[in-house]
Amino acid sequence: MAHAILLHEPDDDVGVAVRDLKKGEQVGTVTLEGKFVADIKLVDDVPLGHKVAMKDLAQGKDVIEYGRVIGAASQAAARGAHIHTHNLKTKRWK
Amino acid sequence: MMIKPQDLKFTGYHRPDGRFGARNYVLIIPVDDLSNAAAEGVAHNIRGTMALPHPYGRLQFGEDLELTFRTLAGQGRNPNCAAAIVIGIEPNWTNRIVKEIEKTGKPVAGFSIERAGDHMTIEAASRKAKEFVHYATELKREPFTVKQLTMSSKCGESDTTSGLASNPTVGRAFERLADAGATLIFGETTEVTGGEDIIMQQCATQEIAAQFKAAFDDYQHLVESQGVSLLGSQPTEGNIRGGLTTIEEKALGNIQKAGRCKIIDFLKPAQEPRQPGLSFMDSSSAAAEMVTLCAAAGSVVHYFTTGQGNVIGNPVIPVIKLSANPLTVATMSEHVDVDLSPMLRIEMNLDQAADAALQMLERTINGRLTAAEVLRHNEFVLTKLYRSA
Repeated sequence: MAHAILLHEPDDDVGVAVRDLKKGEQVGTVTLEGKFVADIKLVDDVPLGHKVAMKDLAQGKDVIEYGRVIGAASQAAARGAHIHTHNLKTKRWK
Repeated sequence: MMIKPQDLKFTGYHRPDGRFGARNYVLIIPVDDLSNAAAEGVAHNIRGTMALPHPYGRLQFGEDLELTFRTLAGQGRNPNCAAAIVIGIEPNWTNRIVKEIEKTGKPVAGFSIERAGDHMTIEAASRKAKEFVHYATELKREPFTVKQLTMSSKCGESDTTSGLASNPTVGRAFERLADAGATLIFGETTEVTGGEDIIMQQCATQEIAAQFKAAFDDYQHLVESQGVSLLGSQPTEGNIRGGLTTIEEKALGNIQKAGRCKIIDFLKPAQEPRQPGLSFMDSSSAAAEMVTLCAAAGSVVHYFTTGQGNVIGNPVIPVIKLSANPLTVATMSEHVDVDLSPMLRIEMNLDQAADAALQMLERTINGRLTAAEVLRHNEFVLTKLYRSA
């Protein structure tokens, strides 16, 4: 398996780790059809199934997955960072 | 290879109302909590019967009571049920359920405990149950077509692999099944929060979209009226462990199960579909509640996708478990019927995955017990709309 991150849409802000990833690793990102999008260097450990920032995300910015808004960054995150409850919040429920 | 549902060879039990069942149960249905002991007594006495004990059926009223009646009668009406015994504490509510089951033309009998006691009730009901088992065991499977199939879908303990792989697989299978004329049910009203506009766009008419939106808003208002939010419950702790962060993300994964199907009807909880195609049923996202409502609505088999490994089953309908999470498939293999983890490695595409799901559907309808059936996962859970009087 050449890739380690899957993307719903090529322009999504986040991708999903399909195995446990270690900080410092350089891994490939592909679409669900297997089309190569980019190599990315991990700046955090990211467990299987968790999300990785594909871009630098500013605090307050909408975060896009499936080509849709899935919430807003509650703090800034760098490309290659673990994106989860510590830095991404729903926009629907307070 | 791309499997067309119309080429699948289904066999099932042809019921007097024309519908086909994938299973052939003689059910012992208690009307209320008090009657569980008698129902279980009959099921203990008579091989080939199954009791459906539950904790409700007393001092309910209004729409909540109607839903309990619809859910209990729906189990007896379900084509997977050959014949049914109904046992209640008193005769009036018992007869209401008997009458609803009777409309299908299948054998049904009601018994009430007051003035008889458990012993005499169990004796009389056991004699009738024995007759029903002789009747049911002589029924033979007959071929039926996808146009005569009613089935349902829900996801549980979802994670990001659900949205990436297992839910789109059900969506692709549902697209083919809907095109072939099957009757399909999905729902989970709160769990589409963040994708409700997509659901509305998929509705075939504005009336259906408006009915869906009214039910969606109604539940959001109920939550707000309690002075709370679903944060902390949706996503669940299991979802979060699996990498899902927000309800929007979970919803966008969830609704993949509908594929690109048109939503042709909006159903109340436990309401039987009125026409072929994909119907949205107003329902909880709690797994056992939702699958029980699907069984009540006449679904005969269920696709249940899971990420982290929800082990749910149902007594009346076989629950086919599909997972794409390689850790779940490795550590909980006894619960998984269809392993979709090759999708994450791009070693299986969506059409191949839908083929695998449809092949397992055919085998399950034709008699293969699912993992949940073999493991005796018989979760039967009524949806309660509000407190009893």
